[in-house]
Amino acid sequence: MSAIQARAFKYGDDINTDYIISGKHKFKSADMAAMAVHAMEDLDPDYHAKVSREGGFLVAGKNFGMGSSREQAPLVLIHSDTRAVLAKSFARIFYRNAINTGLPVVECDTDLIDDGDELDLDLAAGYLKNVTKGTDIPVKPLPSVMAQLLEEGGLAAHFRKHGGFNI
Amino acid sequence: MIEIPGKTIAEKILSAHSGTDARAGDIVIADVDFVMGQDGTTPLAIRALADMGVVELFDAGKVAVVMDHSCPSPVEGVSELHTMMREFGKRTGAKVYDVGDGVCHQLIPEQGHVVPGDLVVGCDSHTCTYGALNVFSTGVGSTDGAAAMAAGKLWFKVPETIKITLSGELPPGVFSKDVILAIAGELGADGATYQALEFAGPAIDAMSVEARMTVSNMAIEVGAKAGLMRADAKTLAWYEGRSEREPAPVDPDADAAYVRELELDVSGLEPQIAAPHQVDNVSPLVEFEGTPIQQGVIGTCTNGRLEDLGIAASMLSGRRVHPDARLIVAPASRRIYLDAMAAGYIQTLVEAGAAVVTPGCGPCVGTHNGVPSDGENVISTANRNFRGRMGNSEAFIYLASPAAVAASVIEGRIADPRTYFE
Repeated sequence: MSAIQARAFKYGDDINTDYIISGKHKFKSADMAAMAVHAMEDLDPDYHAKVSREGGFLVAGKNFGMGSSREQAPLVLIHSDTRAVLAKSFARIFYRNAINTGLPVVECDTDLIDDGDELDLDLAAGYLKNVTKGTDIPVKPLPSVMAQLLEEGGLAAHFRKHGGFNI
Repeated sequence: MIEIPGKTIAEKILSAHSGTDARAGDIVIADVDFVMGQDGTTPLAIRALADMGVVELFDAGKVAVVMDHSCPSPVEGVSELHTMMREFGKRTGAKVYDVGDGVCHQLIPEQGHVVPGDLVVGCDSHTCTYGALNVFSTGVGSTDGAAAMAAGKLWFKVPETIKITLSGELPPGVFSKDVILAIAGELGADGATYQALEFAGPAIDAMSVEARMTVSNMAIEVGAKAGLMRADAKTLAWYEGRSEREPAPVDPDADAAYVRELELDVSGLEPQIAAPHQVDNVSPLVEFEGTPIQQGVIGTCTNGRLEDLGIAASMLSGRRVHPDARLIVAPASRRIYLDAMAAGYIQTLVEAGAAVVTPGCGPCVGTHNGVPSDGENVISTANRNFRGRMGNSEAFIYLASPAAVAASVIEGRIADPRTYFE
């Protein structure tokens, strides 16, 4: 997985999956590209428009992705060109769903990032640089099983490649 | 000599299903006894199975898909997804629960698909509900669900466990919903992330199986992976006639290692309320007494069972829903609907002014059946009150017990249910 350079779009703590994609939209369709225009809309109606322009990092506080198990949450973020989610901590189901669908998730101290900062992330090398501030931000490594799944493009790709679990 | 501590319920069930000596922190691949999906998540699981190149399920008798979140279909898009689920059932042999059968988390235990000691995954976060029946059950996303449907197994990180001991006796007008709301307020929305909860003590023993399910249902609201309880005589009696499989109850070892232990004496507990827009924003209900209410909801996987409908019916008998309020009732399953009719509860509720909707998730997830208007206040027995949860981000959702909802719709404002139990 190569390095990702993009801008930070910063939000707060406890962002639940209803905020990432509301129930009133997610049940109606399996077309994630169409659904993505509603990503994060109850918190920021312009999220999709802003992030999909050049791609970006979604930066948040603690417990990102709490609540529902909806896999539409990581999928609409991917379809909004969210390159990775950076947070102080993640809710369990969202964390698995993100890895399974190929969305990188990074645990780090997001107080060191401001909205609009340019960031440089290399998961394989294990570094995150805040280019705007000229600082290095330590990242918590992914558990090895998750690193493997992400590297292979997610759980479906892992299954297709190995004909089942091979972790 | 180094003493090896005993095991929690979570460690024992994951050990038995992985064939390993599973301890908190271990990663195991474990056999699952049942896999479930609902109409918001199954379509993506079907797509994931196709992406995986999987045609056959590991065991069609151990897979069910349930139409409950948006049922009957309110719009064309949902109808197409429901058709996809029905075709999936025909193609693979998976059990399909259709319009009016009920909420997945009522149906899976009620129809005898799971028994004590099982390991279960469901593509819905409230799958933790069956912990009340001594089942290690946890919510997963659609791709994990698809992997489990294909392989009959899934990888798990064995969770640490927080033990919560509940002593004392609930006062009249205070219920298991108040207990779990109080715990959610205490632990916070991420208080048990990556961990399991284990509930025990005389106050749990005294609860009906239905009331216990309300407690386990909301384990996910503090981030927990499971909300486990022992199986006792009540649990085993509840299973009679529901399943042909033999329950294999799992008790924690007396010297099990817990990451944290909490004790709560429920004798002094007041009715609780979770105010907008976070489930852990919990206070004694009296602090919000008098807040005008436009809509009440009794139902959902948290509180749509027979006992809940019975409590509401006993309070609304001979009374009316306030002219400025409306009450929506969604029985959690067809069987509960029938039992509530036989008991006269439905008659009482409808005479009092309630609108009864199809068994299922009702208005909880914002797809239909009672989307509130801008600025309206809703009091609901559901488990989530996030902004926009019920389909309008300008509405305000309060969570409480069925008794508190009944009292509030009678009075048209948030009201203390205890006065109805004096």
